[in-house]
Amino acid sequence: MKAKVHVTLKNGVLDPQGKAIEHTLHSLGFEGLNQARQGKFIELDLAETDPKKAHAQVDEMCKKLLANTVIENYTIDIEG
Amino acid sequence: MKACVIVFPASNCDRDMKVALEAATGSSVDMVWHRETDLTGYDLVAVPGGFSYGDYLRCGAMAARSPIMAEVIKHANRGGHVLGVCNGFQILCESGLLPGVLMRNANLKFICKDIELTVERNDTAFTSGYDVGQTITFPAAHHDGNYFANSETLKRVEGQGQVAFRYVNNPNGSADDIAGVYNENGNVLGLMPHPERSVEMLLGGLDGKPMFDSLVKSSAA
Repeated sequence: MKAKVHVTLKNGVLDPQGKAIEHTLHSLGFEGLNQARQGKFIELDLAETDPKKAHAQVDEMCKKLLANTVIENYTIDIEG
Repeated sequence: MKACVIVFPASNCDRDMKVALEAATGSSVDMVWHRETDLTGYDLVAVPGGFSYGDYLRCGAMAARSPIMAEVIKHANRGGHVLGVCNGFQILCESGLLPGVLMRNANLKFICKDIELTVERNDTAFTSGYDVGQTITFPAAHHDGNYFANSETLKRVEGQGQVAFRYVNNPNGSADDIAGVYNENGNVLGLMPHPERSVEMLLGGLDGKPMFDSLVKSSAA
């Protein structure tokens, strides 16, 4: 099964790259943009077939490598 | 003092570190490939600068999970000295040996210039050759040197005297102007600017030399 992991910066953590994206979008004339935050998207192809076990495995991967929980949050979506 | 330098794929300050350490110790310094798993017999383990694993995922994230890092952690827990510079500092933070994390510079620019720092303590093995409050100059060369820790951690780091060096003019947005930090026991130091590039007048300065001499003195004591 497949897992989709989104890693995002925690609220309050400065995101200079998001800020730069925001500024450039403004300079391109896009109005009504309040904020842009940049994160990461990681797609995993797993041998595991049990969604619960797959989730637990990916959660472990996030904690050990994919996210740095000092500054980042993550969400996991398991797809059949 | 018996010292070694860890080498990761895309380390690029490893040889500078070796030259600086050999000049200070007067003996040969081993280069230890990241796949190796034994660090017994060393007084100092240096984790050098560079762009290990191309900075993929996060700076230092991959290197922090390589086999040798488990040994670096054991070495630190035995009370051995560990010095991480630039990417080495990022790796030590990612491995959990040091608190906090190094993020992209606040102004998004790669900084490559001489930087002034103040010495916060001189009662550690790394800094006995300096004076407290002394201003020193090391070259800095980094894109991700913006030190960040949550307010609770930062309070602890400040309260326990774990700040090693502060920037005189903060170039990268680091919390509390922090350029380098110690672990709680003071035997692990990570800093962004490069002491190993400041050990010969030919390189523009000598301010890094007292750090290496301090380490030699401390291991002889």
